[in-house]
Amino acid sequence: MRNPMQYLGQAVAYVLFAVVVGYFSASPVYRYLDPDKALIKLNFSHAGQPKQECRRYTQEELDQLAPNMRRPMDCPRERVPLLVELEINGELQLKQSVPPSGIASDGAATVYEKFQVSSGTHTVSVRMRDSRREQGYDYATEKVVNVESGQILVIDFEPETGGFKFL
Amino acid sequence: MGKVKQYGRYAFERVESLFDVAFGSEHNPLYHLGALGWFFYWIVAVSGIYLYIFFDTGVSRAYESVEYLTYEQWYAGGVARSLHRYASDALIIVMMLHLVREFLMDRLRGPRWFSWVLGTAILWLVFASGITGYWIVWDKLAQYVAIVSSEWLDSLPLFGQSIARNFLHDSTLSGRFFTLMVFIHIAVPLILLFVMWIHIQRVTRPDVNPPRALGITVFAMLIILSLVYPAESQGPADLSRVTSNIGLDWFYMALYPLLDIFSGMTVWWIVGVATVFLFFLPWMPRKKTFSAVVDLDNCNGCERCANDCPFNAISMQPRSDGHPYLKEAVVSVKKCVGCGICVGSCPTATPFRRRSALIAGIELSDKPVMQLREQVIRASAALTESPKLLVYNCAAGPNLTTLTGPGLAVLTLPCIGQLPPSFLDFIISRGYADGVFLTGCRAGSCHYRLGIEWTEQRIKGQRDPYLRERVPRERIGIFWAGVDHTNVLLSQLNDFRERLRKLQPAHKVHKQPAVKEDEDKVLDHA
Repeated sequence: MRNPMQYLGQAVAYVLFAVVVGYFSASPVYRYLDPDKALIKLNFSHAGQPKQECRRYTQEELDQLAPNMRRPMDCPRERVPLLVELEINGELQLKQSVPPSGIASDGAATVYEKFQVSSGTHTVSVRMRDSRREQGYDYATEKVVNVESGQILVIDFEPETGGFKFL
Repeated sequence: MGKVKQYGRYAFERVESLFDVAFGSEHNPLYHLGALGWFFYWIVAVSGIYLYIFFDTGVSRAYESVEYLTYEQWYAGGVARSLHRYASDALIIVMMLHLVREFLMDRLRGPRWFSWVLGTAILWLVFASGITGYWIVWDKLAQYVAIVSSEWLDSLPLFGQSIARNFLHDSTLSGRFFTLMVFIHIAVPLILLFVMWIHIQRVTRPDVNPPRALGITVFAMLIILSLVYPAESQGPADLSRVTSNIGLDWFYMALYPLLDIFSGMTVWWIVGVATVFLFFLPWMPRKKTFSAVVDLDNCNGCERCANDCPFNAISMQPRSDGHPYLKEAVVSVKKCVGCGICVGSCPTATPFRRRSALIAGIELSDKPVMQLREQVIRASAALTESPKLLVYNCAAGPNLTTLTGPGLAVLTLPCIGQLPPSFLDFIISRGYADGVFLTGCRAGSCHYRLGIEWTEQRIKGQRDPYLRERVPRERIGIFWAGVDHTNVLLSQLNDFRERLRKLQPAHKVHKQPAVKEDEDKVLDHA
């Protein structure tokens, strides 16, 4: 038979355990973003152009290939990396060469970047090169946006609708 | 590593001592951490099944269905939700304590690597179960968990498409992906259950159910917590907004803030290295263990060793040597931890047998029974002061080598369960000592799981082989000290010696008979 002090000890242990479980299940609060900030997310997946142009096989090359492997054109699978730049209020925030995915580097390149900005009006410029050109960009958009505290502004890319779009 | 374990074990045992005072060793929750883990798992499983009945697996209705459960049906659904969360959190606590305790007590090396390595897998599965659970509530916390988790997964060069893109905007939110998460939240706990089952396959009588009183009280505690502080959502998810302050469940998401400091790949490295470290701990350094060996000439297939082995290392198989017995014991070297508990259970391991023939049916290869008897005789010869006291101690128990003196000798065994009860009879009836004191690990915390329990039952006559009734119990002292109770042990030893001093010397009570040549053939003790 246990004495009252032992039961009290057990009660203290159970209460402590319950308090620890209850408290740390949702506390302390984690500050993910300052309350007066907003978030700009640049996220898209896009396949750059092939690194080399297709070329026609010569007869000599075709003769060296097994009959079932012969095709008229040789199209290397590797794609160029995307060059992505983003400016906010004229300040360069991102300049990144994004490699294509896949073992043969023939998949889409994925960009996923987040930028914290204070709430208010900002000029956002985003540019991308997805071709073999050495200079310039294939897509570029600039937009003045007004973001509220806690807002997430998404910049997506849809080549079929003209390029970058702000959501 | 050795010092960390030494001091860590001491500290852990101090806390266990405190709990012993309040709960008693039988109901001490720290001795049933694994069983409590199982208990919490079942609470989570049953409450989860109830929640799933009312849960809408579509992304657009999931939040509302959880809100309905929480508020409209607070008396059942709300309590079930709270139980689901709090039991999951409690599972993390007991699981981590279980891991730390097994490490500090060095219960992971040798053949025990099996349970440890599977425990490492269990860690991952428990965390995956919890994370996916928070994901499917689809409140603000779920939004945070979904985005941060998928960003973290995307940092691995494994996925062709970005997973985080699913949670970029309402227009990209995929209902099918959300439903997949619901499926994963059911599938992963089922896999977890399977791995938990394998985790205990190499132990006999696994402790998977806490003592009833402990289980009832813990469940009552969770119910009260659920009613007083019910689990709630943090507002519906909105992918166009970011929540600045989030109430994280720190038991499952303690690493998530790291992803705001380091890159996803760095955090993968941190958890990967930690996992690999945990995985290989049983071999750091490699422990040399001696397994039990069966001597068929002395094994009559009685099965006591197989029944007493705590690690499922002994099986009974058809007789292979032509002796007129049905079965023989076979030891699995891979599973045998070398505790010697089987030797303590063997009826042929009696020191009354003639020395030349003293080979038991099952022996520890590095510490045969003949050697145990020689140790007794040698130690007894060195005792010059009355009362003469022999102390048997476990290797995993306190270090008592300094106690040896003119009236006291310490004999160390791998586990106290290795001591056949006939040795107590032998020592006292032959006058090798006036008393025998048994000590080692703490009660409820035997290093080899069942050594203390079996020893006590053998002495009380509750488990075969029994200690003969003729052995005066007042000449046997027992105190399960552990490493943090050395002072109490010394005090107990002194008290025991004082009691022995008041008794007649043992050799006057039981006159030592001359050893007969054919005594081993009688095997009277068996």
